[in-house]
Amino acid sequence: MVIEPRETVSVWRAGMAPVWAILASLIICAVLISWAGASIPTAYSLLFKGAFGSAFAINETLTRSIPLIFTGLAVSVAFRAKFYNIGAEGQLYAGALAATFFGTGLVTLPPALMVPFLVIMGALAGGALLIVPVLLKTHLKVDEVVTTLLLNFVVLLMVGYLIEGPWKDPASLGWPQAASIIDEGVLPTLLAKGRLHFGLIIALFMAVIIWLMMRFTVQGYEIRAVGHNAKAAEFSGINVNRTVIMTAMISGGLAGIAGVSETAGLKGYLTLDLSPGFGYTGIAVAMLAQLNPLAVVPAAIFLSAVYVGADAMSRAVNIPTYIADVLVGVSILAVLCSVMLSQYRIRWRA
Amino acid sequence: MSDFVDILLTAGFWAATIRIVSPLIFGTLGELICERAGVLNLGIEGIMTVGAMSGWMWVYQGGDLWTGVLFAACMGAVFGLLHAVFTVHLCLSQHVTGIGITLFASSLSYFVYRMLLPDATTPPKIVPFQPIAVPWLSDLPIIGEALFTQSALTYLALLVVPMVWYVLFRTPVGLAVRMSGENPVAVEAQGINVLAVRTGAVMVGSAFMAVGGAFITMSWFDAFYFGMVNGRGWICVALVIFASWRPGRALLGALLFAGLEAIQVRAQQSAGAFIPYQFFLMLPYVMSILAMIVMARKTKYPQALLVPFRRGERV
Repeated sequence: MVIEPRETVSVWRAGMAPVWAILASLIICAVLISWAGASIPTAYSLLFKGAFGSAFAINETLTRSIPLIFTGLAVSVAFRAKFYNIGAEGQLYAGALAATFFGTGLVTLPPALMVPFLVIMGALAGGALLIVPVLLKTHLKVDEVVTTLLLNFVVLLMVGYLIEGPWKDPASLGWPQAASIIDEGVLPTLLAKGRLHFGLIIALFMAVIIWLMMRFTVQGYEIRAVGHNAKAAEFSGINVNRTVIMTAMISGGLAGIAGVSETAGLKGYLTLDLSPGFGYTGIAVAMLAQLNPLAVVPAAIFLSAVYVGADAMSRAVNIPTYIADVLVGVSILAVLCSVMLSQYRIRWRA
Repeated sequence: MSDFVDILLTAGFWAATIRIVSPLIFGTLGELICERAGVLNLGIEGIMTVGAMSGWMWVYQGGDLWTGVLFAACMGAVFGLLHAVFTVHLCLSQHVTGIGITLFASSLSYFVYRMLLPDATTPPKIVPFQPIAVPWLSDLPIIGEALFTQSALTYLALLVVPMVWYVLFRTPVGLAVRMSGENPVAVEAQGINVLAVRTGAVMVGSAFMAVGGAFITMSWFDAFYFGMVNGRGWICVALVIFASWRPGRALLGALLFAGLEAIQVRAQQSAGAFIPYQFFLMLPYVMSILAMIVMARKTKYPQALLVPFRRGERV
């Protein structure tokens, strides 16, 4: 078996790669669905209806996609520079901690200032969590995957301690949760009905900003150059360490905003189930988007639809909801394959 | 402080340490074998979950304990093969593939568990491996209980360390594995198939990881819980770096961490009043990061770790 690069890769071929990956993932999950004893067309049409079948469903799907857009952007920026930040989950909670610390009465500003203030504080907290892993990578060559993963567990335990101990809301009837974000800091809802909130606007805004930055600024160019070939970038005068550190701060910041948006926009207060793995799903989002910040938006909506739809489907035909997580895992592997096949061809030789 | 010394002197503490160390030994050795061949296997967390679920499920469905361990190992090897096809044959990113395998393997385990046991509200139990007291030796003070009244899988874990060392450092197969991780071109020049060596190493390593997971549900506990592996896989990856890719040191590092966990459980009971339990639970993760910092300057990575090998390509 020989793998050789294609001379030219058409836009069509490159653009279709994630679509093939999604199809392959759906087919693999269909095997599990039929094992569960459900008819595949019924199951998938239930999934689709659950995600897009009514105004309420669409509202819920979009709401669920907000944190995924942020974590997807966080991962896509980091992976562009080949900085493997797997800690978006922890950074999300760091952002939520910052929102809770500043947003529950410590600071009171008019809403027009309070919301941006919380967002900035959340971003700083998310970035701060990456300082240790990124400095370890740039200065001691310690693999960032393991350090960011391990920090996820540390942050989650920290959240558990704070909301069961010093930050516990006395009015919560014994449930471990922090006090509610004050009214000035709450992100307004966008529609009269449903939970869709202002976080979506921030998420879309950030997607455009990050796209512009990656495409048209020197910093974006440096990030891409370091990711393509760090040695060549170094020779051409780019400060590789500084670029990697900057990338990490942007990435951590984006994941931190996800935490602010979930706390101040959706739940209203910090709990331990704030994120059912949005940080990890963000990796699948970024991979399906082929690390393109604008494509992160549809990829996030797609995976959020899978989660929302899988809930509805599993209620109706008795398939465990873990099918959605399986699909997320499979899609990462499938997109790796399909993107490679769009750029290389495999020739079988004796 | 005297509490602390008291803990160290109890036989129960040492027995717990040796028990807790077993999954770490299997996981760390598994990762070590993969990385020695030049492949980072971040699927470890998911593969341990697969092992934990499949081994337990085998016994729960009426199978025998040892065939359950074998079944878990085979399932681990299957996921190892998947990782090898992606990273070794298709030369895809080892980082992203590993994370993908972890997400896929763990969610698939949960899916299968829920499929086979849809209405289980309290996790059903099996009869796990029982401790076997070695005659005479188990009567020794402290060491006796710690080292010689363990379950069969723990004895296996302790036996496997010198075996892996012997195979890696004293046999031609081990030499081929280590060279594939250092200088694959030289291996190819010897007429040995690098891709086959790496594939084999990843499969064997993944089987080890799965047995480590199986230990948790079949010897340590007697049921399968969600989130049971709980980052142990990642700790194993850190331990491999801490051990500088040496089996003996891996055992030492694993013992250190297991001891820490055993102390932590006991200290929670005595010091739990002033220190919240979450801080004790943080210890292994924080220590893993510290361990990597301490070893960072001294580590000599296998030179071809993370570097895919394409036959006939100039280096």
